[in-house]
Amino acid sequence: MESETHGPAHRLRARRQNHEVSTVMKAPEKYYDFQKDISGCGVFGVIHKKRGLIPGDMPINAMATMHDRGNGLGGGFAAYGIYPDFADYYAFHIMGDNREALDSAETVLKEFMVIHQSQAIPTRKTSSVKNPPLVWRYFVTPKVERDRPKNMELSETDYTVDVVMYINNNVPGAFVFSSGKNMGAFKGVGFPEDIAEFFRLDEYEAYIWTGHNRFPTNSPGWWGGAHPFTLLDWSIVHNGEISSYGINRRYLCQHDYLCTLLTDTEVVAYELDLLIRRHGLSKEMTSKVFAPPFWDEIERMEEPEREAYTALRATYGPAMLNGPFAILVADSKSLWGLNDRVKLRPLVVAEKDDMVFMSSEESAIREVSPELDRVYMPKAGEPVIVEVEE
Amino acid sequence: MLFKPTDSYAHDFEVHRDRDACIDCKVCVNQCSYGVHYWDENRKKVMHDSSQCVGCHRCEAMCPTDALRIRRRETEFKDNPLWNSKFIKYIYKQASTGGVLLTGMGCPTDIPVYWDRMLLDASQVTNPSIDPLREPMELDTFLGAKPNSLAFHKDENGKPVLDTKLTPQIKLKTPIMFAAMSFGAINFNLHVAMARAAKECGTCYNTGEGGLHPSLYEYGDHTIVQVASGRFGVHRDYLNAGVGIEIKVGQGAKPGIGGHLPGEKIDARVSETRMVPLGSDAISPAPHHDIYSIEDLHQLIFALKEASEYRVPVAVKIAAVHNVAAIASGIVRAGADIVTIDGMRGGTGAAPAMIRDNVGIPIELALAAVDQRLRDENIRHKASLIVGGGVRCSADVVKAIALGADAVNIGTAALLAVGCTLCGRCYTGKCPWGIATNDALLAKRQNPDVAAKKLANLVRAWSHEIMEMLGGMGLNSIESLRGNRDKLRAVGLSAEEMDTLGVKLAGR
Repeated sequence: MESETHGPAHRLRARRQNHEVSTVMKAPEKYYDFQKDISGCGVFGVIHKKRGLIPGDMPINAMATMHDRGNGLGGGFAAYGIYPDFADYYAFHIMGDNREALDSAETVLKEFMVIHQSQAIPTRKTSSVKNPPLVWRYFVTPKVERDRPKNMELSETDYTVDVVMYINNNVPGAFVFSSGKNMGAFKGVGFPEDIAEFFRLDEYEAYIWTGHNRFPTNSPGWWGGAHPFTLLDWSIVHNGEISSYGINRRYLCQHDYLCTLLTDTEVVAYELDLLIRRHGLSKEMTSKVFAPPFWDEIERMEEPEREAYTALRATYGPAMLNGPFAILVADSKSLWGLNDRVKLRPLVVAEKDDMVFMSSEESAIREVSPELDRVYMPKAGEPVIVEVEE
Repeated sequence: MLFKPTDSYAHDFEVHRDRDACIDCKVCVNQCSYGVHYWDENRKKVMHDSSQCVGCHRCEAMCPTDALRIRRRETEFKDNPLWNSKFIKYIYKQASTGGVLLTGMGCPTDIPVYWDRMLLDASQVTNPSIDPLREPMELDTFLGAKPNSLAFHKDENGKPVLDTKLTPQIKLKTPIMFAAMSFGAINFNLHVAMARAAKECGTCYNTGEGGLHPSLYEYGDHTIVQVASGRFGVHRDYLNAGVGIEIKVGQGAKPGIGGHLPGEKIDARVSETRMVPLGSDAISPAPHHDIYSIEDLHQLIFALKEASEYRVPVAVKIAAVHNVAAIASGIVRAGADIVTIDGMRGGTGAAPAMIRDNVGIPIELALAAVDQRLRDENIRHKASLIVGGGVRCSADVVKAIALGADAVNIGTAALLAVGCTLCGRCYTGKCPWGIATNDALLAKRQNPDVAAKKLANLVRAWSHEIMEMLGGMGLNSIESLRGNRDKLRAVGLSAEEMDTLGVKLAGR
């Protein structure tokens, strides 16, 4: 968990950054000195448009079919609709290297949040999952303004994000790996089917599932570094390498996001938060920031569309995700798939009744739903956004 | 009384004439504007006086029988690392003239060239490199202030409509522009050539401080007009003639001092364009006398925006000096849409040698510091960064953009493209290549059509190379390289140098 960018100076900078944003330099010390994660992957997602509950066996079997897309150094799932009894509380999943780390995280949580319920996340001992951390979940709400120790002016979501960042940057050995409402991420070092076994995901039911199988080439594998990557309700699974990482990260730094995990996916998550939650862009336009149309396409557009895309590219150039990727993004209302603008990683979409599947390989979908109403390859840069019907 | 000055033997070049090859055709006599070659009536043959040679190689290039070689002449003073021949000659010269040592072109001293200490990345296996011959590869660049965020709504067809009004932008097809070189410092033919080449390549040239001749207004979509301390040729139509206005505060070759165009260079056309009397010296003061502080700059920026009715972005050009990051930050906060930074190796038509070789800092360090400071202050989007001063090849351009530049200026490289040999005597007005001269006989050595072609070829060639390098890194758009220092690695630099550049050591 410790890396060279997590030294004391870095921590100090991180702390200052989070809490005295307006007065200090934003970039951490030696911001350029990082080891970027490089990995190939397999992704799978399914959504039930009428919020029908899908048992965990479906995503587990789909991911197991794509076993060869990973190398056992990372697997994980996100599930929506799994905590209906605690739907109004933020569900914090926290992993700790040891009891002490978990206690420190809990101390911070108690200071900033109201804890309504806390329990160990149920796990099974499995021979294929080695040295798992302690995993615990807390159902919390943010303290209201005057009870807060600081940041009284922040909105509920900003405040909650801030607490997550604070724990992740400042509590050694502890990591918040899920923080949304009525959803949860489950991930670790291992093949996805082994991680599912460990977290007993066969016992959960959800109306949206995403899964990920990871093939890192340069990192030993850390439980927090597995996918999905989450922030509040957002979860992301990602197959790709963002070649624009260097500038995306600096752009986010400028907007007060401190990228500490050194993965491409973290960049995607923070950009989603910036563009959608803070800048108010739609998912469609955010897709076009990530994978913009080519200039020759823009030149052929009619006004005012041409003006819109010209401004989009001129303004959000530093946020563009350049390089091969297939991403699945989920929130409590939708599943959203997107390819890079020249489609350098696979993504297939299929429909069956009220369910929509998105996957790296059609085989994974056929394994769990042999009969399909429709199967297609989305075009490069064209988002597929499936919303649940309210 | 000595027959000749004591230092005349210690000149820099000597002419070697192959007598067997020489046909005494006098081409060299006609080509040399410094009087090196001459017809000796008594001997009935062409002779030369090497002491006058500036090393421009014009005669060598034009000799029809390849009889001439211009070689460095090493007057071998006793070895002394402190008192090397450069300083000995400087002192001889100043003892004779009592004047400031004058030079032209950029700083030739041996300061580190950081471009050569940074190496580029390429894709292998984990992400595919992209072939620009088969896939789109985009170099389109927009210069000007960008908003922090945009708002859109959908029209009845579901198409996005922009709600945020953008301030004016300069659109370039490639991030390479021609640097400010005034009409007067270089001649009219080359201004025509730059304007045409800029149009052909979808980029811009910069008028420099010498105004804009009426016949060049038709290239306005590819012109940035400059306002310098002398305000030569500045009037309402001029300010509205281009796609951008640049306030020149300083120049990399001579930070902190003004300019001096001698009266001999002010012919009728220069006089008309600069709005100065024929034959009178045109002197640019060291500071703008209406800018003694940052708030004054703020007022001038907005005066120019008012005068151009907010149709074009306003740039401020400064030399790279010690506190360049803080100065650039102030310039952005003063309302500039573009900051142009000129490094200490930038060229000039005339500068005191002491200033040129000792004042300022290299552009690589200045650029890295400015880009990072603007990001730290969250104002990087409020202005574009243009850098110049020692950009020699397309790899330098790529490295500059990876450090954080939006576009680069090429001045010296553009002059090399039309024949310049960096002899550095631009200030004499006798440029034998017809570049830094307004002498009609010399100036006509630059055919605007040929020069335009060469300039456009250079930009095109570099743009192709940039595409190849981008594709190799797995990128298909220049904005994903911009500020992406992850694509750079350092060799042979100290930890502090790497920290300033924001670049890791190769192998890490």
